[in-house]
Amino acid sequence: GKERTTSGEGRERKAGPAALGLVRRTDRVVSGSHLAPLLGLTDPGFSDCPDLKMSRVTTALGGSVLTGRTMHCHLDAPANAISVCRDAAQVVVAGRSIFKIYAIEEEQFVEKLNLRVGRKPSLNLSCADVVWHQMDENLLATAATNGVVVTWNLGRPSRNKQDQLFTEHKRTVNKVCFHPTEAHVLLSGSQDGFMKCFDLRRKDSVSTFSGEATEAGQGTPREWVMTGCCVLRLHPSFAHGFLWRLYVAAPWGTLPSGCSKGAPRQSESVRDVQFSIRDYFTFASTFENGNVQLWDIRRPDRCERMFTAHNGPVFCCDWHPEDRGWLATGGRDKMVKVWDMTTHRAKEMHCVQTIASVARVKWRPECRHHLATCSMMVDHNIYVWDVRRPFVPAAMFEEHRDVTTGIAWRHPHDPSFLLSGSKDSSLCQHLFRDASQPVERANPEGLCYGLFGDLAFAAKESLVAAESGRKPYTGDRRHPIFFKRKLDPAEPFAGLASSALSVFETEPGGGAMRWFVDTAERYALAGRPLAELCDHNAKVARELGRNQVAQTWTMLRTIYCSPGLLPTANLSHSMGKGGSCGLQLMNSFNLKDMAPGLGSETRLDRSKGDARSDTVLLDSSATLITNEDNEETEGSDVPADYLLGDVEGEDDELYLLDPEHTHPEEPECVLLQEAFPLRHEIVDTPPGPEHLQDKADSPHVSGSEADVASLAPVDSSFSLLSVSHALYDSRLPPDFFSVLVRDMLHFYAEQGDVQMAVSVLIVLGERVRKDIDEQTQEHWYTSYIDLLQRFRLWNVSNEVVKLSTSRAVSCLNQASTTLHVNCSHCKRPMSSRGWVCDRCHRCASMCAVCHHVVKGLFVWCQGCSHGGHLQHIMKWLEGSSHCPAGCGHLCEYS
Amino acid sequence: KVNDKRIRVSQPLTRGPSAFIPEKEVVQANTVVERTNFLVEEYSTSGRLDNITQVMSLHTQYLESFLRSQFYMLRMDGPLPLPYRHYIAIMAAARHQCSYLINMHVDEFLKTGGIAEWLNGLEYVPQRLKNLNEINKLLAHRPWLITKEHIQKLVKTGENNWSLPELVHAVVLLAHYHALASFVFGSGINPERDPEISNGFRLISVNNFCVCDLANDNNIENASLSGSNFGIVDSLSELEALMERMKRLQEEREDEEASQEEMSTRFEKEKKESLFVVSGDTFHSFPYSEFEEDMIITSDVSRYIEDPGFGYEDFARRGEEHLPTFRAQDYTWENHGFSLVNRLYSDIGHLLDEKFRMVYNLTYNTMATHEDVDTTMLRRALFNYVHCMFGIRYDDYDYGEVNQLLERSLKVYIKTVTCYPERTTKRMYDSYWRQFKHSEKVHVNLLLMEARMQAELLYALRAITRHLT
Repeated sequence: GKERTTSGEGRERKAGPAALGLVRRTDRVVSGSHLAPLLGLTDPGFSDCPDLKMSRVTTALGGSVLTGRTMHCHLDAPANAISVCRDAAQVVVAGRSIFKIYAIEEEQFVEKLNLRVGRKPSLNLSCADVVWHQMDENLLATAATNGVVVTWNLGRPSRNKQDQLFTEHKRTVNKVCFHPTEAHVLLSGSQDGFMKCFDLRRKDSVSTFSGEATEAGQGTPREWVMTGCCVLRLHPSFAHGFLWRLYVAAPWGTLPSGCSKGAPRQSESVRDVQFSIRDYFTFASTFENGNVQLWDIRRPDRCERMFTAHNGPVFCCDWHPEDRGWLATGGRDKMVKVWDMTTHRAKEMHCVQTIASVARVKWRPECRHHLATCSMMVDHNIYVWDVRRPFVPAAMFEEHRDVTTGIAWRHPHDPSFLLSGSKDSSLCQHLFRDASQPVERANPEGLCYGLFGDLAFAAKESLVAAESGRKPYTGDRRHPIFFKRKLDPAEPFAGLASSALSVFETEPGGGAMRWFVDTAERYALAGRPLAELCDHNAKVARELGRNQVAQTWTMLRTIYCSPGLLPTANLSHSMGKGGSCGLQLMNSFNLKDMAPGLGSETRLDRSKGDARSDTVLLDSSATLITNEDNEETEGSDVPADYLLGDVEGEDDELYLLDPEHTHPEEPECVLLQEAFPLRHEIVDTPPGPEHLQDKADSPHVSGSEADVASLAPVDSSFSLLSVSHALYDSRLPPDFFSVLVRDMLHFYAEQGDVQMAVSVLIVLGERVRKDIDEQTQEHWYTSYIDLLQRFRLWNVSNEVVKLSTSRAVSCLNQASTTLHVNCSHCKRPMSSRGWVCDRCHRCASMCAVCHHVVKGLFVWCQGCSHGGHLQHIMKWLEGSSHCPAGCGHLCEYS
Repeated sequence: KVNDKRIRVSQPLTRGPSAFIPEKEVVQANTVVERTNFLVEEYSTSGRLDNITQVMSLHTQYLESFLRSQFYMLRMDGPLPLPYRHYIAIMAAARHQCSYLINMHVDEFLKTGGIAEWLNGLEYVPQRLKNLNEINKLLAHRPWLITKEHIQKLVKTGENNWSLPELVHAVVLLAHYHALASFVFGSGINPERDPEISNGFRLISVNNFCVCDLANDNNIENASLSGSNFGIVDSLSELEALMERMKRLQEEREDEEASQEEMSTRFEKEKKESLFVVSGDTFHSFPYSEFEEDMIITSDVSRYIEDPGFGYEDFARRGEEHLPTFRAQDYTWENHGFSLVNRLYSDIGHLLDEKFRMVYNLTYNTMATHEDVDTTMLRRALFNYVHCMFGIRYDDYDYGEVNQLLERSLKVYIKTVTCYPERTTKRMYDSYWRQFKHSEKVHVNLLLMEARMQAELLYALRAITRHLT
């Protein structure tokens, strides 16, 4: 608050001297109380300028309609910038070695004028930017790479149209900009950190704006600091011309000590300057350090407002042609942001994430939310975005073969013609109707399973309508939930991607997945001999009533473990009937035959299920595994009518859903939030803390070496030799089994019980791995892990990841293993290293025993919060019960 | 004769981190030492305060961004495996026979699990690494020759191909270590005092700069020094004159407006002149080949490089082939280089960006005994002069300034440090800016190093961009 008052006073006081200075500079009589036209602006609408309605538009178009086609022409050299004449019939192209005017005809571009004359073109002609005056067809300005600003008068009779030369900038001029309504006002922004305003009737600049910020990195806009700096850091050469400003600033400038040193600090380069179209005196400038400044042209001493818009240079900005105060900025951080400048603080309204740094941004005429962008590197396309839909570009132009360097809408009131120049030495006219629309290529269908068996399906409306004859998408009629959103006529994408969403719920209690969770938690996958693992797992399965699975485990044990080791008690159930290995093999074959039968009970397989269930179930009942088994397999939990294919749908219950529905702020979307983001929720939950919690609870404290070892598969101790030996005894070749086991695994996986497939895969390890191709294994693993994570079985899922042999899977738990910590002194997050705080510059976690920095595991007492290296603390507490830090707390290590 | 030299050198007269800078000059205030140790703790890969860090700690601000980026490219997430990174560093340092860096990275290479056999030389490394040779050679000595064909050859699908991210990582490492070699020689970094000679792959420290140092110095002594401006002008008035010129330049800017032709010829002139700076001088009056041979025979370094005779050739001399000047405005680090490097090797762009900015803007507003001096001009002249020797031209720079601001002995030093760092001598280091503090000369070295790195990166990245389009 205090600062604000100060600056406010400054404003008041400034009026006097500033006006005085003006008198001196411009030799104009100025009324003392009113801030007079600084630049000799003669426009009568000056006092009520904010509401200038652009009259140029109608005069320019003259009522005629633009015609043309998508076309391009070859230039002799790469273009750096283009600009359109207000008659929309000519375009100027400028580059390092090109400066030409082309007439835009219906079928082609015709070279009209080459402005690059003279035998040995000078660097003044090496253009970084070009702009055509929007009021005067004869007036052009270019920014040269050597820092010269040149104006061109096409009305000159001679061949050389060069008009004026301003050599005030010391570095490359990045941007020039004419005032939208004033005939003689030109603004330039340069690499040297200054913006200069020129009155074309004078020989030098009228005012200079210094973009010098406070120290780079301290992005806080502190306006009084700015003021002070501006004044004293002025380049010596300006001392005379701008002496008056010293008077202006002195009364209230509390100069920070750093500035009084006199040496100008390296100022930030200006990347873009743009006059506001709606506010007469305002212009925006963007800087290499990510800042955007808002200036009043009458007050060169300080900017009205400054904020940090991007991370890294802001390459471009553009004022909205209709909405006052909307400013679009594009930066090297690959973002386009739309700011509302009318509010007290610049508010970010929209943000579009592109795939490359944004070199130019231009609002599309007549389309309130559209803007065109092109990139400076790598990406050659031009995109037109709807800022409300920041993920998919509304349109895309792919004509250029190298980066696009300049874009311009051909006419300020025609949204369909876009012109562009490129480094590939071509000039293009793009027609909006010829644009490719990435939305069309997108696949607007989504299918998602809820954790407890709910299914949601969204599809393009047209698709649903077309297939509604077959009525495939209406499932359980008891719980269909449809909803509808009114179509907004202004909505640009209405009709393009409206979609329908249907949700199918399972019967309450019916789809319980308790068995899955229990099984996952109780299965033993490694760490014991194979026989024990199989027995254990068989027991688990039987206790959960999954007899078929139990049977499978028992059989696996029989196959892979030598018969001598089999405890007979367990075997009697399954082996009793067969008695010999031969017969058991027959069983396995039957198992395979049964596959389609069980398929009827899976959730995912909706097409083949119902057709076969009856018949094949009969078949399966004839196999050795009895009916009883079948009834109790997990599939049977699901009611038959749950199947998707067999229930008729009602069309009238299908409502339309607009794509906008996916916005979470829409109140009608209650269901969506339930149905779709479930997956997100889990994925997005930072696994770190929870994970850690789990770990801390578990007996082994944290990822020590021993821990890893205990989870590593030990089944390698079972050499293949012993297995084959056992099989040899029973006179069966080992390969014979592996085929069967492989088929069995595939059967389970297809049936939907990927848990079984993966568990067996892990338990058997090398014995079967080679028979199943890598991709399938990986697929099973990822599906199982996905399922486990949905049920938040983090420990199990991590164990599975660890035990997997597939490289793609085992690296899963090596990604994002970062644990973010806060500094114990300043409570701020420690960004770079875990043990060193950037802010207070000290090592945050010192071991209380050895007084060194702890870089790995840090264990601390929850009572006194002292701690240190795990080993050290353990050792210490063996001999002492007091805290090693000497705080007197009685610590305990458990 | 050679043997004599060796014996003399193996007992360096100066102790401390640098042979050029008296030890007491490097000793710092306690707070700085603390800060430095803190940085070493945080970013050092070897875990100790090496001589480079000690010398750089004269500029702690810079040291931080330097160490951070170096740590990132050696230790943090990146497409290349750790031993590869160190081996590439070895290859890069070997181009300039910088045994200091080689020894350092031989240790690190083994520590990170590199295969010891590779250290026997290039024929023992995988073909993939060997393929990097060409680009290493060009980048080190004549970066302007790198074309998109070189890039294509490396990334072309095949058994030994490089992915683009890997290549960018490698290029960043190469450029970093070429430039660092310049710094090592330029500041006369002494070999680490406690070499663990355990692994047997270290090079004997004799092969450090000292050999050529003496060789060159001897030659200088024999050569006539007539005409060179040192020793004639009083050093004090030298400084005053420089200050005067800076002031004049600053004032002149407004009134005097050089014609365009003038401007472009100035660049050409500067470029041409840089050609004569070393070769026209009497510094290397001895036959080039003899010198080269001497170097190679006495060092084991050559096992890490191919085509050891390939060296810097003046950009300007290639006039007849007419290599186009690299227009800085057409491919800048800020606009283009950054985006590409950051895209393919994430976050390194930010670190390098910060480092470049830091070195370019670093100032204490002092010049020797004077305070409150705006040294922007001087810094820019140094930076742009290095780029000029690599054929990079800034449209908005008046190369006449270089002539005004950089005296001949300084130009000789710059040229040597950036183009043939291994030939730098203490005499060269001492002969320019005699009034200036050592820390200021280290500052110059930092500028040269970063300018060189940026120049190499710009050429390499431009080639990659062209390959992509």
